[in-house]
Amino acid sequence: MSALNELTLAEARDGLKARSFSARELTQAHVDAIAEARALNAYLVETPERALAMADASDARLAAGEGGPLEGLPLGIKDLFCTEGVATTAASRILEGFTPHYESRVSENLWRDGAVMLGKLNLDEFAMGSSNETSAYGDVISPWRRNGSDAAIVPGGSSGGSAAAVAARLCLGATATDTGGSIRQPAAFTGTVGIKPTYGRCSRWGIVAFASSLDQAGPIARTVRDSAILLGSMAGHDPRDTTSVDIAVPDFEAAVSRGVKGLTIGIPREYRVEGMPAEIQALWDRGAEWLKAAGATIREISLPHTKLALPAYYIVAPAEASSNLARYDGVRYGLRVPGKDIVSMYENTRAAGFGREVKRRIMIGTYVLSAGYYDAYYVRAQKIRTLIKRDFETAYAEGVDAILTPATPSAAFGIGEKASADPVEMYLNDVFTVTVNMAGLPGIAMPAGLDAQGLPLGLQLIGRPFDEETLFAAGQVIEEAAGVLARPKVWWA
Amino acid sequence: MSVDAQTVRRIAHLARIAVSEEEVAPLQGELNAILAFVEQLGAVDVTGVEPMTSVTPMRMKRREDAITEGDRAADIVANAPETEDGYFLVPKVVE
Repeated sequence: MSALNELTLAEARDGLKARSFSARELTQAHVDAIAEARALNAYLVETPERALAMADASDARLAAGEGGPLEGLPLGIKDLFCTEGVATTAASRILEGFTPHYESRVSENLWRDGAVMLGKLNLDEFAMGSSNETSAYGDVISPWRRNGSDAAIVPGGSSGGSAAAVAARLCLGATATDTGGSIRQPAAFTGTVGIKPTYGRCSRWGIVAFASSLDQAGPIARTVRDSAILLGSMAGHDPRDTTSVDIAVPDFEAAVSRGVKGLTIGIPREYRVEGMPAEIQALWDRGAEWLKAAGATIREISLPHTKLALPAYYIVAPAEASSNLARYDGVRYGLRVPGKDIVSMYENTRAAGFGREVKRRIMIGTYVLSAGYYDAYYVRAQKIRTLIKRDFETAYAEGVDAILTPATPSAAFGIGEKASADPVEMYLNDVFTVTVNMAGLPGIAMPAGLDAQGLPLGLQLIGRPFDEETLFAAGQVIEEAAGVLARPKVWWA
Repeated sequence: MSVDAQTVRRIAHLARIAVSEEEVAPLQGELNAILAFVEQLGAVDVTGVEPMTSVTPMRMKRREDAITEGDRAADIVANAPETEDGYFLVPKVVE
């Protein structure tokens, strides 16, 4: 038998049920793998004692014939989720020393179902970034490298620690969050599966807020099935989040093997962007052929306002961030830097505590919400958001069941390669994913191939509101058609 | 639209972020790059389009006006940099 951390989450679950190994053994394998992989900087906090204690409790429940759907399965938690008694930083200096006295609803749901916590995963500061290079606690290094090169590659962001840890077998699955692509883009960059569910599917309670009308939690895992199992536990109504939707959580795992026979898959022509690498176009075409071969009808569609999504996002998201991050004032938690009066204390604290990208976004948000600019920027962006959503509604009303697009405009790039003075260059990474957040829809990214340099490439499927099941079904078809892809060679241990 | 150095200082103050003189020019460049990127939105005809207020069609939920949680003062101040007797301490505000 291969090492226990090599198993998929579904295989590990079945192995535990069959008592082929214990939760303690499974957890220990992960704890050891994490200790050997510190070069990746994926974990900000490791909680091995807690993990082993939780595993022992799981073993006791399994021995008694009890146990929840995730009993004994070790997971990583993005450090944007508050975890009771375990430091939570959002990868920011301003939250240094913050230890929540409460648990986020999503992570609470995972523990309710028996999962084991391995630790907290690195991310871009306050989830603002597309390469995990904005963390105050250092870059996450992807386990992937280009063929014949030892140059460090980014894992994507903001859920870069989650994606790197899953790809490097440092957990069976991880929680993540997605405001403009932060689950799907790192999943694509690391050859993993990530789903951002419909807005309202998961509770945002206890997740450090970035842009409240866009933020959603979701899992990153190694297979479509594993992501379906995890989302089934993470999702659900929560009276403490008024935007969480009070509808039943379907059996996502059952949807995985449903197939795509009879479904209509839309191919939006506006995603054929200028300068798209031929490899990405070929991958996209291949994905459509796979779905067609499995019985789906492929139809070209138009989403005319696509190119406006990213600029509108860079008004809406910073505006909401400037409001949400006003709470970091040196009074209630985290860092305080003294000043000559209370205002200079605020200013000094926020100057020292926030990194460059976060400051930039707070300032853009402050500007577009300030007197005289609110209508020209913010209200206009929200109107354009209505138009973006309408594009999708039209496509779905005309019989499209899901939409296939590339997940990212390129494969992962090297650390520091996009450190130019123009922040927009980095923002363009999210050009295919951000529309989904603007319209509140579900989107899944799954690996579909490798580029000429040996780095993973992903495809994205976008669904109707609250129809994650079709995404799991179609995602499974793509996963199977793509076959077993290469995996990162272990260079870090 | 683009911002000048004075506007950068004003925004920083509104955002309560101390900005040194050396930081103003780079910030001005970065903010203007973002503003130039979003400029294209100005060309879109949005006549008669409602601004989005909720991404999913839902009515704001209401709950009974009753105390459901509380009496957690010690938890609430536990992470504060300075506290006294269950209160947050701030620098003197009123002379």
